[in-house]
Amino acid sequence: MATWTWFHRLGSPPHVFAFARRWTPWFGGFAAVTMVIALYGGLVLAPADYQQKDAFRMVYVHAPTAWLSLMIYTTMAVAAAVGLIWRMKVAHAAAAACAPIGAWFTVAALGTGMLWGKPMWGAYWVWDPRLTAELVLLFLYLGYMGLRAGIEDPGKADKASAVLAVVGVVNVPIIKFSVDWWNSLHQTATVMQMGKPKMDGDMLWPLLLMFVAFALYFVAILLIRLRAELLRRERNASWIREVLA
Amino acid sequence: MKTGSLEAARLVAVRDLRLAFRKPSQLIQPLMFFLIVATLFPLTLTPEMSRLRDAAPGVLWVGALLSSLLALEFLFRDDAVDGTLEQFALSGQSLTWMLFAKTCTHWLLTGLPLALSAPVAALMLGVPAGSMGGVVASLALGSFALSLLGAIGAGITLGARRGGVLLSLLTLPLAVPILIFGARATELAIGGGDIAPPMYLLGAIAVLGLTLAPLAAAAAVRIGLE
Repeated sequence: MATWTWFHRLGSPPHVFAFARRWTPWFGGFAAVTMVIALYGGLVLAPADYQQKDAFRMVYVHAPTAWLSLMIYTTMAVAAAVGLIWRMKVAHAAAAACAPIGAWFTVAALGTGMLWGKPMWGAYWVWDPRLTAELVLLFLYLGYMGLRAGIEDPGKADKASAVLAVVGVVNVPIIKFSVDWWNSLHQTATVMQMGKPKMDGDMLWPLLLMFVAFALYFVAILLIRLRAELLRRERNASWIREVLA
Repeated sequence: MKTGSLEAARLVAVRDLRLAFRKPSQLIQPLMFFLIVATLFPLTLTPEMSRLRDAAPGVLWVGALLSSLLALEFLFRDDAVDGTLEQFALSGQSLTWMLFAKTCTHWLLTGLPLALSAPVAALMLGVPAGSMGGVVASLALGSFALSLLGAIGAGITLGARRGGVLLSLLTLPLAVPILIFGARATELAIGGGDIAPPMYLLGAIAVLGLTLAPLAAAAAVRIGLE
């Protein structure tokens, strides 16, 4: 069963702690480099949109944060499911570490969306399916964190919140496809679609690179939070003393 | 002879019904709450019937949702406190079926009376008498879906302090589709349109809840009892 050893090692807090400590600077460094390149590409090199002029450049922050708000929720739910099924403590710790990051990305997506909506739609907020669904996602994150905080026994909090995370997954496809299912002000998918993206190459590559940068940034923050989470949970374990010595 | 799952579910339902009728105040509270919420709108919004009629679907559904959240508090909490749920879990019977019976009984005792009393609130909001059938039907189906969904939330929050606020925070985001399609059906019923499309969607949500919610609720209750 040699192929499965990597999976079993993921269940060991000292191993994951060491892994997170080793890789955090790499992910953070690459995130910084790609973000600078993508920003230059998006704000300087990319041409202005024929209709939205320079205001379209908001997409370079808005779209990646919105994608990530969903991706992080999915990551959290998968980690929670792994924790429930294989009773892996590290997986529960990872899910717990995901929630606040995801909530902030959702806030960022909503905030940048509002700033973009004002010049384009003439209003900061409209009750549009995509916006409403994203707001619901924020409430899901808050509910998840509230539930964790509300249950004193850590083992019980892990499992109960994991059930919630898995149940909440039904919301992810609703948000993803809301703009296609309902007529909405929000523009439909322009990048993630079958066939060729409906976007010019000069505009597209900074967007994709920005997405990569934000994803790397997420992983870096996740690894830091995961380390903190492991330290808190395993504070009585002997390996902590060896690692911190 | 071993009792079957369905028989166990029936016994749980009978027990819950008997208990509920011994303590009728618990049943009346959510209903009163619903009617009070409905009366507050004419006082705060406008007493003008035509404007109230436009707001009626929203008022009815928000009232129904809030009162169903209030009632969810009683779904598992009393039985968890006095150890009944623990005995259910240890009985060797399917906990899923027993919780399913509890949820259905809960709907019979709270959701259905709420739907049946909705015409009173609707009349106060200027809804024409001819559209009451659609109003009752949409609220009955929607409150059933809400009960099933709420059972998951009630199970998850068993282990939490201050379960009440958390229960609302967890259940509301997931209840949004029910709220949207339900209010749409009520709106169409009041306007005299065809309520079938939103009712089908509401029915689809209820069927999804019917198949998955008792499983999730049972898993959550087991975690809460550990």
